[in-house]
Amino acid sequence: MLSANLSAIFYLISGVLFILALRGLSSPETSRQGNFFGILGMIIAITVTFLSIGNFSNGFIAVLIFLLIGGLIGAYIAYKIPMTAMPELVAGFHSLVGLAAVFVAIAAFLNPEAFSLGSPGNIKLGSLIEMSIGAAVGAITFSGSVIAFLKLQGIMSGSPITFKGQHALNALILISIIVLIFYLCSTQSSNLFWILIGVSFLIGFLIIIPIGGADMPVVISMLNSYSGWAAAGIGFTLENTALIITGALVGSSGAILSYIMCKGMNRSFFNVILGGFGATDQSEQDKNREQRPVKSGNADDAAFLMKNASSVIIVPGYGMAVAQAQHALREMVDTLKKNDIKVSYAIHPVAGRMPGHMNVLLAEANVPYDEVFELEEINNDFVNADVAFVIGANDVTNPVAKTDPQSPIYGMPVLDVEKCKSVLFVKRSLSPGYAGIDNDLFYNEKTLMLFGDAKKMTEDIIKNIS
Amino acid sequence: MEIDPFIFRLSIFILSIFVGYYVVWSVTPSLHTPLMSVTNAISSVIIVGAIIAALAGNSVNVFNISSIFGFLAISLAAINIFGGFLVTQRMLAMYKKKKKDK
Repeated sequence: MLSANLSAIFYLISGVLFILALRGLSSPETSRQGNFFGILGMIIAITVTFLSIGNFSNGFIAVLIFLLIGGLIGAYIAYKIPMTAMPELVAGFHSLVGLAAVFVAIAAFLNPEAFSLGSPGNIKLGSLIEMSIGAAVGAITFSGSVIAFLKLQGIMSGSPITFKGQHALNALILISIIVLIFYLCSTQSSNLFWILIGVSFLIGFLIIIPIGGADMPVVISMLNSYSGWAAAGIGFTLENTALIITGALVGSSGAILSYIMCKGMNRSFFNVILGGFGATDQSEQDKNREQRPVKSGNADDAAFLMKNASSVIIVPGYGMAVAQAQHALREMVDTLKKNDIKVSYAIHPVAGRMPGHMNVLLAEANVPYDEVFELEEINNDFVNADVAFVIGANDVTNPVAKTDPQSPIYGMPVLDVEKCKSVLFVKRSLSPGYAGIDNDLFYNEKTLMLFGDAKKMTEDIIKNIS
Repeated sequence: MEIDPFIFRLSIFILSIFVGYYVVWSVTPSLHTPLMSVTNAISSVIIVGAIIAALAGNSVNVFNISSIFGFLAISLAAINIFGGFLVTQRMLAMYKKKKKDK
């Protein structure tokens, strides 16, 4: 059996390894090593826990069995999941962390002796507060992530669900959670503990339903943050430094990602959370929309334009992933490069359904990461580029965000696509994007619209270039 | 006067938030998706609590009401640990640099 001090040291080591795991992600070269540090930290934490309990009776076998079941399921999912489904996967994983936190809190509440927190009905006040916060945040993470998962998976409609008095109800429930924790601590009543968990499940559900599909990147990041705070709450209860450090790391990581996503859309965090975006009056906008002339072309025209260019910037969006066009796109770029044309990719922070999603999809299609640039890195290059090839993106290229203060996306950072000498825009139709607004770029005289399926269009262009 | 151990844990917690803040800002935006999957995996270190809860029952009866919650939590966390690290590995393996000869 390991002494408490020695195991605390080991937990600290695994906490440090987790910090190094995140540090490794500062560049793709060090990232694989970082992931290895993370795995090492996890192995240390689990081994130390076994050694510090020192109870290798029949219970140990049962633990290994449950560990193995979970591990096999997890490994199977990790190998099978397509990269386009990463947002769903991450949302699903968040829900599991939340539920695990709830279960650990329940176990600690029912059997506090096991964690030396007192006896049932007489749990130390501090521990009780910590475990009820851990359980409440865990429950919110769980039900919120389940809703996010259902919306991303398309099982539930992505449109916001709103009703009258929604915010008042949510506020009421949040206050009742605080009151419940207060009474739970003074009475130690197990009934209150169950009610607290039930109410937390309910609020997690209610917070996420009014948020629209386009805001899911913010929601996933936010739930990422919550899962961290839940882990930290349990870490305080169990007096475990590895959990406290990890919880704080994950909590701040998720918070930063939510901030980056909100900035990418120029919306305040509260604006996203209060929801209802995308539910703006569509019909009125349709009425106001004047019929403007659009230049449209075919694959042959596009191939001609690009063949005669010396530099091309590709602007991919989620539509490219939906059409599974990323491999065809990379082939097209290879052909262009053979003709000595300089090609780079421009990625908007909110392209895709989660932070960094587009980068993963391009990496999967064997696009070297040093050809892929973020908005700030590449935005000044559009002026000097000959052709911008927009595929599956829409709102993130809309110049209205810079010119029209009346527009709902005014102030959102956009890619300066219109500064290119000419713009090729692959799209199914002239329909507006998620923000529900018309894109001025469609009607720009430099723009040539390529109507059709992104994958088919790209393949046709390849044929015409070579 | 002795300091409550809670204060020590709180200090670790607050300092870790700052460490997290600076470390995460240095993560390159192209790796934000792996960042999320790896934070997912490491937050499942909550399995430590689950193992304690599962093994805390008396030796006569392995499964009692509180240890069952522990066992369930072990499986949930294990899905996350294996799934999270492996999917991160899979993603990171795809990030390649430009080939020189091309």
